[in-house]
Amino acid sequence: MAEGSAAALWNLAGRRLGARRAVRVALTVLALIVLVALVGPRFSPWGFDSLDWQHLAQPPSTVAAHWFGSDRLGRDLFVRTLYGVRLSLLISVLATLVSLVIGVAWGAVAGFSGPRTDGLMMRIVDVLYALPYLFIVIILSSLFARGSLTVLLVTLGAAGWLTTARIVRGQTVSLKRREFIEAARALGLTEGAILVRHLLPNLLGPVLVYATLTVPQMILFESFLSFLGLGVQEPQASLGNLIYVGAQEMQSAPWMLIVPAAFIVALLVCLNVLGDALRDALDPREY
Amino acid sequence: MVNYVLRRIAGLIPTFLAIVTISFFILRLAPGGPFDQEQSLAPAVRANLERLYGLDEPLPAQYLKYLGALARGDFGVSLRERDFTVTELIRQGLPVSVTLGLSALILALLGGIPAGIAAALWRRRRADHGVAALSALALALPSFVVGPLLALIFGLYLHWLPVAGWQWGSLRYLVLPAITLALPVAAALARLTRASLLETLRTGFVRSARARGLGAARVLWRHALPPALLPVVSYLGPAVAFVVTGSLVVETVFALPGTGRYLVQGAIDRDYPLVMGMIVVYALLTLVLNLLVDLLHGWLDPGVRRG
Repeated sequence: MAEGSAAALWNLAGRRLGARRAVRVALTVLALIVLVALVGPRFSPWGFDSLDWQHLAQPPSTVAAHWFGSDRLGRDLFVRTLYGVRLSLLISVLATLVSLVIGVAWGAVAGFSGPRTDGLMMRIVDVLYALPYLFIVIILSSLFARGSLTVLLVTLGAAGWLTTARIVRGQTVSLKRREFIEAARALGLTEGAILVRHLLPNLLGPVLVYATLTVPQMILFESFLSFLGLGVQEPQASLGNLIYVGAQEMQSAPWMLIVPAAFIVALLVCLNVLGDALRDALDPREY
Repeated sequence: MVNYVLRRIAGLIPTFLAIVTISFFILRLAPGGPFDQEQSLAPAVRANLERLYGLDEPLPAQYLKYLGALARGDFGVSLRERDFTVTELIRQGLPVSVTLGLSALILALLGGIPAGIAAALWRRRRADHGVAALSALALALPSFVVGPLLALIFGLYLHWLPVAGWQWGSLRYLVLPAITLALPVAAALARLTRASLLETLRTGFVRSARARGLGAARVLWRHALPPALLPVVSYLGPAVAFVVTGSLVVETVFALPGTGRYLVQGAIDRDYPLVMGMIVVYALLTLVLNLLVDLLHGWLDPGVRRG
């Protein structure tokens, strides 16, 4: 594909994206959530772990500035939910990056190496694919120090790199026969330099698309683990553990479930709409 | 076909061994042990306990011993739930989990495929948009949100169904958990069916069937639908894996006495035999169900058998 036609593809994709009302709505809602999560807590007098003994399990109201209500310990749900959104977004974006780094490195090296190394590396990916990886994630995250963000990131990233590796390897295999790689080799560049300077930049497009699809996956994984009590630990708030506590209290304090649930639903729906639209826009076939 | 079946079964063994081996060593190399939480355990008592359960031997020896016991169908005894063998715990919980998983799969098939067909037939009409919106929502909503919300609405507010719990023979306790587990699978099936059927409806043999003057219903059922459902069958593999892991959450949400809680709690407690037993059971379930799906696929599509 010539440089011009690649740009044309992205251009077309961009126009198709902008033309969709659903995409515009999703982008707006997403931007709003991020903005509120970043600045919202500043406007509340409460911290994410401050206790208000006068207002325990209070429904949403303007009394004592508990706009989304408070939990059984009198902690403010507005602040806790927004902290949860921050943490969930942060973890999922970082975990996506971790999975991208592993996946791109693995896939590019496999695709660029000779058939024997390539076969071995991709065979490992195949075997890992067949494993019920969520078990491994559950075991890993329950065994190592619970509540450690580093462990959580590595576990989530380790779970998500397989597909990236496959995509990158496929791209690499088709790219490495092209003239510009041969030209680079003729100029006397080392294999490593060719990989980093000439191959990687050309892999970015498909990898970025896949990354947008990975972020909501990671939000799901993170809150899934936190829901099972294996992820983010109290008093830290994540959407997963807020929903877990809310589900326990839904009989007497339904807002404790509804508020964090509404946020995670809005986040996931928007991210999925964006991801789907991006994939459709880049796929010229029309359904 | 017999050859194909044998080849597929042989292919399962290394995967199964890989799962058992990786899990065994991750579990053992992690910090902590099964007797950690019990306070003031004298070193001598601890050593005795470890000797009793064979935990004092070198790890490779324990591994070989475990494999040997496993081959005889012996999962060992639970270190935490004293007086129970792992087999007994599995025998109590597994029927609940399997009932839940199978009903969810059946529900998903019954709901997802007709919805996808309807969306494809009425493309760009109200039915299509409705299915698209519903499936986007169902795919985005995690089961730990859907479950509690359904329990809140149908259990607490409307009093139609129980909020949680389990009773053998009473379908009422199965409805909400099965729906929660089935929703995302149904949504994925609907999308897949729609896309695949639309593609098939454009192919030459469907057009020629129409040109021969066959009725719309006959063209759909006899010509377009069977090949269109092939990708749906291949999706059943991932769907099985999804249902197996999803049941962990759904069992927690609805307090079902299935096997999911043993896996999570066992891992937290370092109850090695229990966790390993659960992993073996879930791995076998996933692998065997996947094998069935593959065989079904091979039976429907001769090209798969040869490849």
